[in-house]
Amino acid sequence: MLEGKKVVILGDRDGVPGQAAEEMIKTIAGAEVVYSTTECFV
Amino acid sequence: MSFPVIKGASYSLFHTPEMTVHQGSNQTTERYTNPNSEHFKNLQKSLRSFDEFVKYPPNQVYIGNVKPDMLKCHKRPWYEHPLEAASTDGPFGAIYTEEELIALVKIVDVFDLVVLEEDFQAGAKVKLKNKQELQIIDKLLSKLDTKGEKFAELERMVNEEHAEGMYYSGRLVGCVKKAHAFDAVLTAHVMFENLVSKATAVVNLLQMFTKTKLRPEEVDYIIETSEEACGDMNQRGGGNIAKSIGEVCGCVNATGSDTRSFCAAPVHGLVQAAALVQSGIYKNVIVIAGGSTAKLGMNSKSHIEKNMPALEDCLGAFAIHVSENDGINPIIRTDVVGRHTIGAGSAPQAVITAIVTDPLDRADIKLEDIDKFAPELQNPEITVPAGAGDVTLSNLKMIAALGVKRGDFLKEDIERIVNEKGMPGYAPTQGHIPSGVPYIGFARQEILNKKFNKVMIIGKGSLFLGRLTNLFDGVSFVMQDNTGTEEKASVSKEEVRSMVAETLKRLAESL
Repeated sequence: MLEGKKVVILGDRDGVPGQAAEEMIKTIAGAEVVYSTTECFV
Repeated sequence: MSFPVIKGASYSLFHTPEMTVHQGSNQTTERYTNPNSEHFKNLQKSLRSFDEFVKYPPNQVYIGNVKPDMLKCHKRPWYEHPLEAASTDGPFGAIYTEEELIALVKIVDVFDLVVLEEDFQAGAKVKLKNKQELQIIDKLLSKLDTKGEKFAELERMVNEEHAEGMYYSGRLVGCVKKAHAFDAVLTAHVMFENLVSKATAVVNLLQMFTKTKLRPEEVDYIIETSEEACGDMNQRGGGNIAKSIGEVCGCVNATGSDTRSFCAAPVHGLVQAAALVQSGIYKNVIVIAGGSTAKLGMNSKSHIEKNMPALEDCLGAFAIHVSENDGINPIIRTDVVGRHTIGAGSAPQAVITAIVTDPLDRADIKLEDIDKFAPELQNPEITVPAGAGDVTLSNLKMIAALGVKRGDFLKEDIERIVNEKGMPGYAPTQGHIPSGVPYIGFARQEILNKKFNKVMIIGKGSLFLGRLTNLFDGVSFVMQDNTGTEEKASVSKEEVRSMVAETLKRLAESL
């Protein structure tokens, strides 16, 4: 689904953090993380 | 050497609707980027009265009048189902009005930066003079004896000298002046934030002296764990807020320091306090923090969109007394301390493993043996409408799910575990305030009443917000029933293996 796509990640401190999502995206051939962040709402 | 104990806990809340409008960072940003924003009109309409604030069920839980488990069956939304039998006074602390808080900010100011309007100052003094907690320190209220300022002069200071205005019931009633002509970290706004943090911590520590047997002069060390920074342009976070609090509270024999780790700092502070007491360096250590004005109304746009009251109109404060083992109060198991190490990783499973299951495994304690887990206790009524989810519930589910993966629980037990071993969140979204510590007061009571044996307190922090690291943080410890005998740190499996290997080696050598 994400092959050949550019990916923007908005992670949540109490859900899935950006870094964890990045690691997952790295396993998909051709997907490129162009921006990743983790936000805190508390 | 025996484990230290938790001898007392105090918790207070402060109703701050005007500070929410004028000083919450969400609002100051909006004022800067869009001064005519509709948000300000909408926010004014969404503010709660003091009576509504006091009767709000989570607030009554915070000061100890009602147990957290009550919220499980209390009809939601809680803001539409007030507790009519509510009180501003509770076994753990009290709820203060914004008028009282503004006067307290003047009382804790030692650099004459706070100016109050003359009529407001006189009226606030009358309201504070009968408060028992303020009688502990001689002449504490004398700061309010000085003559207040005329309204026109206040207005001039705010408009022409960039003083930070303080408002009550829609009226300018005081201001905080800048502390330096050019220094960016001694501006009026920064001084306001620091003075409010100090004032809320001070009055809450005085609550502890009122409600427990601890005397100010018995305190040896204070660890301040808020998220503020005090200093000047040459040492921005120099500190020491801890000693400034102790000074006002008459802790003449104490020293102290500040500990920082975002929301995880209070639990770090408690682990440090436990170590200082267990080592025999100090007998009585206070871990403390006041409130954060920047976080007021942080999610208010979401609340307004959903036709809710702006529930983040609240500052919180806490203080925990760690002392030497008296054979009565719950011990801190310093051999069961969880820590999120630098190499642990940031995935939720890695975090919970590092701060929950790893320390329990090291001490051969099963997840089932913990009576209550107190992770992040943010009030879900604040976080869910803002899209941040039910933080407490998410943490509890993660602990239960990890238990299933490890074989501690069956999959069908998850709901039971979350229900029995958790509680709804009830603390205001004040960052460091909800991070496990609000439950310590209740945990102490339940353990003293022999209802619980072990409770785990968990703090987590978002270090990445400081833009120096992408790391997360987490720390935990276990409170346990005090058997009255001197309990010593257990020997780990590794140490036993090492001792057996050493003995066998000597035996082999002798043969």
